[in-house]
Amino acid sequence: MKEQADMGNAPESSNSEPGSAKLILTLGLAGFFSGIVLVGAYFITLPIIQQNKAAAQERAIYKVLPGCSGFETYIQEAGKLKKAAAVTAGSKVPAVFVGYNQEQHLVGIAIPAQEIGFQDVIVGLIGYDPVKKTIIGFEVLESKETPGLGDKIFKDADFRNNFTALEAPGIVVVKKGEKTKPNEVEAITGATISSKAVVRLLNNGLDQWLPAIEASLPDIPNQSKQQ
Amino acid sequence: MKEKESSMAQEFVKGLWKENPVFVMVLGMCPALAVSNTAINSLAMGSATLFVLFFSSMLVSLLRKIIPQQVRITTYIVIIATFVTLVDFLLAALVPEIHKELGAFIALIVVNCMILGRAEAFAAKNPLRLALADALGMGFGFTFALLCVGAIREILGNGSLFTIPLFGAGFEPWVVMILPPGGFLTLGFMLLFFNWLEQRRKRQLAALSSTPH
Repeated sequence: MKEQADMGNAPESSNSEPGSAKLILTLGLAGFFSGIVLVGAYFITLPIIQQNKAAAQERAIYKVLPGCSGFETYIQEAGKLKKAAAVTAGSKVPAVFVGYNQEQHLVGIAIPAQEIGFQDVIVGLIGYDPVKKTIIGFEVLESKETPGLGDKIFKDADFRNNFTALEAPGIVVVKKGEKTKPNEVEAITGATISSKAVVRLLNNGLDQWLPAIEASLPDIPNQSKQQ
Repeated sequence: MKEKESSMAQEFVKGLWKENPVFVMVLGMCPALAVSNTAINSLAMGSATLFVLFFSSMLVSLLRKIIPQQVRITTYIVIIATFVTLVDFLLAALVPEIHKELGAFIALIVVNCMILGRAEAFAAKNPLRLALADALGMGFGFTFALLCVGAIREILGNGSLFTIPLFGAGFEPWVVMILPPGGFLTLGFMLLFFNWLEQRRKRQLAALSSTPH
């Protein structure tokens, strides 16, 4: 009702200056209400966002480990792998995921890793076969690489094909079409920085986990009871 | 009553074409250039901006008598930033794929001068009904403009529209179009087109008024 009565009026330009108290109160109230709305929204959306991330990670585990039908979570302790309860969403403890096929044989280990890319951190998941010592899959979980160029690290089929049977560790980047050895990755033309970042991510991620994985490989049960 | 409806309709329509924020007023260039590389990104960015513009215009219009002149811009920014952060959380929760694509540009809606511009130039001086009509018109006009630029860039730079391939395997994508220069090129040609339209309209009007009776 009040709105209609005021129609067409410009905001009154009061000649008298309002006191500082009124100004501070206005800004204080604005900040207060804004804070309440944001904290509320944060807590309402946080579980959904974490669920999305966990679901994306689980999907990625099945993608980087072809033939995988179930997995178990392991954390690193005293240079060895130790079986852990499933990592809950939002957990900060680094963990790897040991995947099994339907016959309960080990198909590989999914190793999360991250590295600075062209603009921001690239978070990826490496599928590693510890028996053949090869990378058998790679998925990007988070990246802010340039759309159209750097984002080819997860959109370009040719680049992704690099990671179906890549000898590791000790991966090196070569120009497109110059791959001769099983440990070489063909870079994306025009996105060399992102390509190199992915290779660093692979090497560093493996460096962090390989000693523990190799030390515990005989202990990892090839038969999984749960899945 | 009829008069009110017509003025609301006027406020809505002006943002779509005659005062289009991108093509005519050249506002909000950062997102218009940066995330308009595909049609889907343009649509998502436009919708997010529309949401923020609608609700911030609503609050600014409702509170226009309460907010002191001296701190009005700061208060508008707080209001806008609140809705932007809200959109950021909502997109991450509901459509994580699109949130991943738009990345840092969602947060940058705060500094989209079109939103602050509408708050200061229109919502702060007009009643709720008109402010909402204006916000919707400007929001849809902005989305339309982004979609035009995004569609052109995606078709030429990637050979697809809404990720559906349009041409056969023989098509060599014009990669520069999805890179920043492509944004400037496309927008430049569209501004040229809109200015040409406007000049032609003026010439026609002048010709019409000077014809002897």
